[in-house]
Amino acid sequence: MPAITIKGLTKSYGSLQAVRGLDLEVAEGEVFALLGPNGAGKTTTVEILEGFRRRDAGEVRVLGIDPESAGRRFREDVGVVLQQTGLDPFLTVAETLEMFGGYYPRRRPTSEVIDVVGLGEKSNVRVTKLSGGQRRRLDVGIALVGDPQLLFLDEPTTGFDPGARRNAWDMVRNLASFGKTVFLTTHYMDEAQALADRVAILARGEIVVEGSPDTLAGRDLDATVVTFRLKQPEALPDVLRDSVSRIDDGFRFSAPDPTEFLHRLTGWAMDSGEELLALQVTKPSLEDVYLELTKGSDAGAAQ
Amino acid sequence: MRIIGLVLRQLRYTNRAFWRNPAAAFFTIAFPLMFLVIFTTLFGRGRLDINGNLVSPATFYVPAIAVFSAISACYSNVAMSLIVARERGVLKRIKATPLPGGAYLASRILHAVLIALVLVAICAIFGALFYDAALPVRSLPAFIVTLSVGSACFCALGTAVTTIVPNADAAPAIVNATFLPLLFVSDIFIPLQDPAPWVAFIGDVFPFKHFSTAMQHAFFPADGSLGFTPTSLAVMGAWGLGGLLVAVRRFTWEPKR
Repeated sequence: MPAITIKGLTKSYGSLQAVRGLDLEVAEGEVFALLGPNGAGKTTTVEILEGFRRRDAGEVRVLGIDPESAGRRFREDVGVVLQQTGLDPFLTVAETLEMFGGYYPRRRPTSEVIDVVGLGEKSNVRVTKLSGGQRRRLDVGIALVGDPQLLFLDEPTTGFDPGARRNAWDMVRNLASFGKTVFLTTHYMDEAQALADRVAILARGEIVVEGSPDTLAGRDLDATVVTFRLKQPEALPDVLRDSVSRIDDGFRFSAPDPTEFLHRLTGWAMDSGEELLALQVTKPSLEDVYLELTKGSDAGAAQ
Repeated sequence: MRIIGLVLRQLRYTNRAFWRNPAAAFFTIAFPLMFLVIFTTLFGRGRLDINGNLVSPATFYVPAIAVFSAISACYSNVAMSLIVARERGVLKRIKATPLPGGAYLASRILHAVLIALVLVAICAIFGALFYDAALPVRSLPAFIVTLSVGSACFCALGTAVTTIVPNADAAPAIVNATFLPLLFVSDIFIPLQDPAPWVAFIGDVFPFKHFSTAMQHAFFPADGSLGFTPTSLAVMGAWGLGGLLVAVRRFTWEPKR
């Protein structure tokens, strides 16, 4: 049984269609990322899955349950990290986890959760004294304390500094290794690439593409691009010059398989003693694919 | 049974967090006492006709400020703390867990009632020590019933009023506007002798004056009376049920926009 099934999901706010006929399936144990610009409908979708919003139409099953009729069982099996959240500022980290832990029938020990989210040194510090990133981690800890089967993370690292983001990623990987299903939304490409088994890109309330981050939209089949510069551009022999185009102050070559060209280029460079400056061999990034697919998307529309 | 355990457990955390904010805790407790001293000092001369007895204004102000304490602890503190918790996302976070929403609300309300009890006890003891006000010993049952019904009524109304407050910035203005003016026309801040008919009417319609009247009777029962005032208790009960109905139907766990 898939962890999440969505068929024909729609949701409007007044005349604004936030989600238009979404179909999606997330397998058990999968780390799934929903990508999209602000206003694409990510939070609306996630909050419908979490049981916080009612849908206009479509069928939704989360762990086999319709989230609109979510009861205690559903809450016991689903961990939630909301985009914005609030905690009692005057309780400590350990007290907060202890309090939330008491709501669940199978709970993980508070000390274990504190370690998983890396708040070991802060366990007796009050919430009000935590940094934004630490609060977010505590929030993830709360989502974990009931040992959920499925975890929703709505933009878990927005506002984190790079170090804190790496820590958060390690944490999510750690969860995935326990076989938990993770559904995360993000607008960071590198985050989706680093964490997700599968991603879907949402734009204007519709999924425009879906697949593994490495092969999304045929990214793996697209041309590889080689760029380089030379101290004396005119030194490049015609046999090589015929295959490249000039860009800015350098050269650009593109082909599905650049091996043969690279061999000739580096061979010539070694023989002639020319230095290949800023030599780069790149695939179109997930970000390139994303920007192409979400072009013209109306940022700032409904959340 | 399980729900009672959950409520009590949550109550302990609510209480712990309350005392960890000493400034707020201090003023919650000191505020009514300040009013007791100020009003008694300002209006402390002469005699007042309360319930057929001629009493000193200090004697009037002890139960009156006890009522004010209970209203501010139950009505305005419940409303304000729930609105702030809603706006901060605390309520939504709770809603994402298996804890029944009712258990969470019950713990907040129970805490408010406990604070109200502490405040009323402080008023009564302070009054007995410094103003020679009698403690409601003989009429203790009436005192307990009146305090319970009044607290329950104003907790329900405090929860209900959160549904018309759009955000935390608007909360103090709206919450204060819905109860401070009524304190002046309800025999709480000022003992009204021969009020204008419309003032008396407002007092009769809203539950504030009924709370005050019931408390005056519970403190100083007429000879041979046990100090119960069925009409006032019934009016407060009706307002409480109305508030409960609104709260149950319209309470929201997510910040309003």
